[in-house]
Amino acid sequence: MSSRFYSSLTKKYVMSLAGLFLLSFLLVHLLINLLLLFDDSRYLFNEAAHFMGTNPLIQTFQWVLFGGFIVHMIFGVILQIQNWMARPKGYKKKNASEENYFSKFMIYTGIIVGIFLVIHLFNFFVLKMSGQVPEFSGHEGTEDMGWLVFDLFQNGGYVIFYVVAILFLGFHIDHAFQSALQSLGLNHPKYTPFFKVVSRLLAIFIALGYISIPLVIYFK
Amino acid sequence: MNIKLKIWRQKNAKAKGKFVNYNLDNVSPEMSFLEMLDALNNKLIIEGDEPVAFEHDCREGICGCCSLYINGTPHGPGEKSTTCELHMRSFKDGHTIVIEPWRSRAFPVMKDLIVDRNAFDKIIAAGGFISIDAGSSQDSNAVLVNKEKADEAFISASCIGCGACVAACKNASAMLFVSAKVSQFALLPQGRVEAVERVQSMVAKMDELGFGNCTNTYACEAVCPKGISVTNIARMNREFLAAKIS
Repeated sequence: MSSRFYSSLTKKYVMSLAGLFLLSFLLVHLLINLLLLFDDSRYLFNEAAHFMGTNPLIQTFQWVLFGGFIVHMIFGVILQIQNWMARPKGYKKKNASEENYFSKFMIYTGIIVGIFLVIHLFNFFVLKMSGQVPEFSGHEGTEDMGWLVFDLFQNGGYVIFYVVAILFLGFHIDHAFQSALQSLGLNHPKYTPFFKVVSRLLAIFIALGYISIPLVIYFK
Repeated sequence: MNIKLKIWRQKNAKAKGKFVNYNLDNVSPEMSFLEMLDALNNKLIIEGDEPVAFEHDCREGICGCCSLYINGTPHGPGEKSTTCELHMRSFKDGHTIVIEPWRSRAFPVMKDLIVDRNAFDKIIAAGGFISIDAGSSQDSNAVLVNKEKADEAFISASCIGCGACVAACKNASAMLFVSAKVSQFALLPQGRVEAVERVQSMVAKMDELGFGNCTNTYACEAVCPKGISVTNIARMNREFLAAKIS
């Protein structure tokens, strides 16, 4: 594991690029999910899900997306293990001077999001791929993915699990976006403070956006 | 002032080491931190004990020798200052001060608070220099240098290689040090000549020596006694990427 097949910086570039790609996916996914809040008939959401599930370009990119997740996870774990190995004996008094609080826990927030991702895939993607989602009434060939969402979010325990997992995703993104830019060498006295704010706003927007959906459905 | 000390004692590189408690009375607030340690060592010698080994040389913040991790911060509570520039007035009467050596796989403890920072020299030897023949002294305007770039290069070059960045980093990463040394050359025309090879060999050496990877927590910048900025790390990232694809 300690082999330096890729240099430390190359691994950082790969982590950043994969992470930024995953972030773009999260935004698209969120915008589609939010359709559920604006359309009780589930028509818009189901149509969007149908488009994403059938469009050849999106279908091809789906595999790029899986690759992005896997690369981000594998490189993240390798980097973390190397980082742990770099300090075999720790301090009695921990250093507390890190600028971004969440930057210290990226591996942990990442693992939580990773576990959530697997459960999430089983809840939606696997059901869809195995043809277990009922058809959207009146729309032949379109699955009623919206119904699946409404059904799952009736379960209070699941809603809590979902909200907590998404909160950790928000913590992850808070550090991630601006950190990815720094790793790619994009640091500028004028723009970096702006992108740090963007990073926080992205984290808040994504976390609140995803969290709002189960809460609205559950309490409706 | 009366001070309680909790100091890491380790006989040699192979010994296990442990924290030992000391009480030191009559500490003057005007004493420097290292003078306080000198006073402790005088006391230990009089009592027939082994004095605490710690590294020091210039005692004016230039040499980067005084590598002490004090109460959870490299170089202690002073802002942009080294351990030798720290004074006892920064501490309160009766308080406990915990003193540890830098902790990093690449900086093994040799004795008590002294670590072997030869790894930094190895990184410099891998490319932190200019080997082109610059000729005899030229007319001052023969090579034009942008003033802002020259200032930036100067600030990068003010890194004293103390290792506080490695000590503070949760990953024991040396990227602030390496990036400062890469930057001080990369910003100047004379340094550009070998820039492509330099950044690659210095990063390769840094990786080989077992330093961790930067995760942009910026603890390094916060503790650096010379105020070296993490913009240097971004510059190194750019330089390395450009070198790899050139």
